Amino acid sequence: MGLAQAELERRGIVTASITMLPEITARIGVPRSLEVPFPLGYPLGVPNEPGVQRAILGSLLRLLESDDVPVVGRFTAAGS
Amino acid sequence: MVRVRDLKFSLRAFARAYPWRRIDPIPVTHLAQPIACCRVGLVSTAGLVVPGDVPFDAGRRGGDFSCRVIPADSEVRMLEEHHRSDAFDHAGIAADRNMGLPLDRLHDMAAAGDLGEVAPRHVSLMGSITARGRLVRHTLPVVADLFIEDRVDVVLLVPV
Repeated sequence: MGLAQAELERRGIVTASITMLPEITARIGVPRSLEVPFPLGYPLGVPNEPGVQRAILGSLLRLLESDDVPVVGRFTAAGS
Repeated sequence: MVRVRDLKFSLRAFARAYPWRRIDPIPVTHLAQPIACCRVGLVSTAGLVVPGDVPFDAGRRGGDFSCRVIPADSEVRMLEEHHRSDAFDHAGIAADRNMGLPLDRLHDMAAAGDLGEVAPRHVSLMGSITARGRLVRHTLPVVADLFIEDRVDVVLLVPV
């Protein structure tokens, strides 16, 4: 996923990625990532919970507003 | 989140032994306009395909490095998951395809004005690709071309 993110940024597209494995993401190096407190297979948190899923995507979009990159965000169940 | 030390043995061994390539310097593009004006696309590695499209080949050595297009008007609940990796629990995506490709949520947020508009096409990959050279050489340039052709400003990447 880091490779895809790098290719898109290189070609002029702004990106942000979700990560469940921040240790690996940190080793690769990506411009913007959002750590989520969920297991593998659950990047959007909870099935059939649109509110939670939108909150995660909202946190992801907010990372785009930071000029200070690389940036790592953390989503918490209480919202972030 | 998941810590490498908490992964099951085979995955933990892989995560520690795999030669993760450091991307340095990290390429960065900055937003040229507010998010409320941006066209937003998705990349998923959940191995989802539109019904009738060619399935991913889970048996391919080094991983299936091809990609599939998911049109914005796809019925998300009908998408088929072809990922066969046992590295993650598939139950979430089985219950709700938005867990792997949150296209319905993107439509919700565009309707609410949280983003400009939903890109016309989104991209599905199947993760667990260990032969990454083929992905980098053959697939990712095509993915970027597709989003550029559709004048997409922002891409959100969703791994599983």
